Amino acid sequence: MTRVDVKQKVLSENDRLAGTLREKLAENGVYCPNFISSPGAGKTLLLERTLERMPRDARLAVLTGDIQTDNDAKRLARYGFPVRQISTGGSCHLDARMVERALGEWTIASLDYLFIENVGNLVCPASYDLGENDKIVILSVTEGEDKPLKYPATFARAGLVIINKIDLLPYVSFDLEQAKENVRKVHPSAEILEVSSSTGDGLTDWLAWLDTKHKSCQARRMDFATG
Amino acid sequence: MHEMGIATSVLDAARNEAAKRLGSRVLKVGLRIGEWSGVDPESLRFCFEVLANGDGAPPPELEIEFLKRQNRCPICGNVFALESFQIECPRCGGAVTEPVSGDELELAFVELEEP
Repeated sequence: MTRVDVKQKVLSENDRLAGTLREKLAENGVYCPNFISSPGAGKTLLLERTLERMPRDARLAVLTGDIQTDNDAKRLARYGFPVRQISTGGSCHLDARMVERALGEWTIASLDYLFIENVGNLVCPASYDLGENDKIVILSVTEGEDKPLKYPATFARAGLVIINKIDLLPYVSFDLEQAKENVRKVHPSAEILEVSSSTGDGLTDWLAWLDTKHKSCQARRMDFATG
Repeated sequence: MHEMGIATSVLDAARNEAAKRLGSRVLKVGLRIGEWSGVDPESLRFCFEVLANGDGAPPPELEIEFLKRQNRCPICGNVFALESFQIECPRCGGAVTEPVSGDELELAFVELEEP
């Protein structure tokens, strides 16, 4: 009997593909957020509001994942930017290979932003690196404020937590302060934004956050270029 | 929910190790799974057994080392398991502590029977 110490990540093949994409994005100064939430928290509507407010000539593209249907891609395509649906055919998350395939012949160098909308699920997407810059986790006020404690793996990896549907706060029992405290319990340095995609509240801050992130990607690309 | 996919990756990786040594067979697979990895060990074990039984050969044994979420205090060096998400150091009260384990999803070792 021989014992071989392997000591490699189980998802090392996924991580390798994600790493290749991350490098390509970085070389070209592209900012790539990966949107994660439970089903119905408002990923697609937030993306719609974001696309709507982008300049018509913005260099951006969207990949949107669902188990079935291309409903989201149809919604997102109305804003004139390239959109592709990834139908996972049963899989509860996107992985790096699906992203690589979906990108196809799209030229990364022609983009400033690549938005990825994951499958609605707060568990599995956390395990799969897609090469994104940030995981953006959306929590809506119609859910429980204890979601961060129930799904710590996802919230602990969030580059930004967006609390969505804040226009509904007067009608639901969601405790906003408690929700933020719960986010900080699993992720002490988490950035949190409050947004309502329906009324537009908080969207200015969200777009400013995106712009800052993109600018820092551009600055790092300059570092690449000058060695 | 995604344990079937994870189990497939585990088996593939273990069989890759066996393939490097001609004629060898996987007897045992060792995994390290963190509390915050997003993977349920028992569900993974179930999926692993289903998949490993599929090819006729005696299925390999699966050994899982489960790692609690642990943080380290940079002030006093204390390493402690997180209870109820309390990240403050229970020894010196330090408010900012850093995770040292709990995210793992690793293939630790493979035991092979060689001809």
